[in-house]
Amino acid sequence: MTTLRAFIIELGKTLKLLSRNRVAFLGLIILVLLILVSYVGPWLWPAETRSNLAEIYQGPSLKHPLGTDFQGQDNLLQIIHGGRVILEIAFITGILTTLIAVTLGALSAFIGGTFDSVMTELINVWLTIPQFPLLAILATMLKVSDVWLLAVILALLDWPGLARQVRAQVLSLKKRDYIEAAITLDLGTPHIIFREILPNMMSYIAISLIFATIGAIYQQTGLVFLGLVPLSGANWGVMLSLAYNRGAVYTSDAIMNVLSPVGAIALLQLSLVWLARGLEEVFNPRLRTSV
Amino acid sequence: MSVTTARPSFSIFVLGERILSNYLLQSVLKSLFTIWLVTTLIFFVIRLMPGNPVDIFVQDLLLKGLTYEDAQTQAASMLGVRLDRPLHEQYLEFLGNLLQGDLGKSYISRNVPVAQMIVQRLPWSVFSIGTALLISFALGILLGMIVAYKRNSWLDHLLTNLAAAMDALPSYLIAILLILLLSTVFKIVPVTMTRGAVSPGIPPGFTLEFFVDVLQHYALLAFVYVLSRTGSWMLTMKSSTMSTLGEDYVTAAKARGLPEGRIITAYVGRNASLPLVTRLALSIGFVVGGSVIIESIFVYPGIGLLLSQALYSRDYPVMQGVFLVTTIAVVLSNFVADLLYGWLDPRIRIAGEAK
Repeated sequence: MTTLRAFIIELGKTLKLLSRNRVAFLGLIILVLLILVSYVGPWLWPAETRSNLAEIYQGPSLKHPLGTDFQGQDNLLQIIHGGRVILEIAFITGILTTLIAVTLGALSAFIGGTFDSVMTELINVWLTIPQFPLLAILATMLKVSDVWLLAVILALLDWPGLARQVRAQVLSLKKRDYIEAAITLDLGTPHIIFREILPNMMSYIAISLIFATIGAIYQQTGLVFLGLVPLSGANWGVMLSLAYNRGAVYTSDAIMNVLSPVGAIALLQLSLVWLARGLEEVFNPRLRTSV
Repeated sequence: MSVTTARPSFSIFVLGERILSNYLLQSVLKSLFTIWLVTTLIFFVIRLMPGNPVDIFVQDLLLKGLTYEDAQTQAASMLGVRLDRPLHEQYLEFLGNLLQGDLGKSYISRNVPVAQMIVQRLPWSVFSIGTALLISFALGILLGMIVAYKRNSWLDHLLTNLAAAMDALPSYLIAILLILLLSTVFKIVPVTMTRGAVSPGIPPGFTLEFFVDVLQHYALLAFVYVLSRTGSWMLTMKSSTMSTLGEDYVTAAKARGLPEGRIITAYVGRNASLPLVTRLALSIGFVVGGSVIIESIFVYPGIGLLLSQALYSRDYPVMQGVFLVTTIAVVLSNFVADLLYGWLDPRIRIAGEAK
């Protein structure tokens, strides 16, 4: 319970600091709005199930604030319904990536010796594998249509970069007096890693989690755009892919059909980046004064 | 290593140790090992995955009315492996073929060697992404230094925020937006210039017509790459310049009264761009991998489009070949980056030799 209370107090402090950083706060607000719209929106405004051929490629109007697509369906409704899956895959991937990277990176730095050299070499080799092509090839074979499976695959490909950074951080923390004291007291590896080292890296881990999430959004929408992930239902990536394949990009009437998903994905990415950069400034006072 | 250890200087151990501790040789061995490992990985991944493409291929042929034996032989000739043999023998044969530059044959374009397809497509990718990468690199270095010198000015805030935004946006969104706005809505760029690398009917050769046509098709594609890459170069250069500006040797150079222009170029610029040069070498390797979506959008006949076409048609030998070439490019550029870093920064080289 004490850790939970400490966490909530920390969170409160961070939010207070964040509110002073305009860009980061804007990012946070946009992100919260996108999450709200994606989770509450579908419940308030149910999806259209049939196409309306009389209203194809309409511009913005009161009835259709973001216009309509090639089937005459409302773009805004599709945006409202298409965010949830993307957000879920992105956050699950982000969390899994961070978990794997932090555990392996910290263990590698802390245990050292052969384990460390093997891990370091493994990470080096892993990082030279061209990720997106491998991901695309795997996607054609596995026909991933499950949110969790896709998230697990993305996380398994994404962890090495972060693990390398975590390892370097832990290596430098390991030389601090209080860690050396903990080692002398023989508090045990799990205790030292999870109770002494990691809490001091929380800010860093939080930022890394956001960046892992950003990467996951890029990769999954890319896969969906190439038509390699048969995700069913509404999804901004599917919407963009459909708009592109129907030639909406080359039809000036269809501009809203393209701009809606592009805008939604871009807003999500920008809000996350602003939040991450803001957090970096909040947690790293040196950056705050110099930038 | 101390000289006092009494060992015969030409002993085989010393020679062995010298060879192993050689920085260059170590890098070469590591690179070869990585290529082998990734090659092996992709070989087994493709053959052991659920929905094994080899079986699917044989079944496709069976459905087309071939007998089982015929289907097997045809599959074998396409894949360059004999399917009736145990996996480890297939693997050895695959490695043997690979050493001779034989990547097998395409499923879809019958009897066209994969190596030949890659050789045809690779120049377009190297040309388009290579030049765009260099342009964005030069721009990023220049802007990064300007912004670092004009810290906290309106220009700094504008460019830094813009760079962060461009860095965050997926490049394919930029591509789609640019096609939509420049070509479809405002009609500045003709639609035909956003699809393909050359107009049909223009014979390739050293003619002005061909040259202009190629550049016109290249312009928007390159613009997308430059827009999406410059931001990250600029941000890296900015922080690198800012930390270099605090170094003692810069203060010393100023104290000695050296002209400002010389300090900017020879002292700050040169040292600040050092970490970026190795990153440039690294990103050359991703030239191939990063182009899959962009080349599909522009229908640009590079290696990225080759991969996405192979993905659509489940052309596994082509996928495997493109993947291998991509990996080799990444490993090679890692190797070059290693060497470059040692050459540019004597501290690294000396540390490596002292080990």
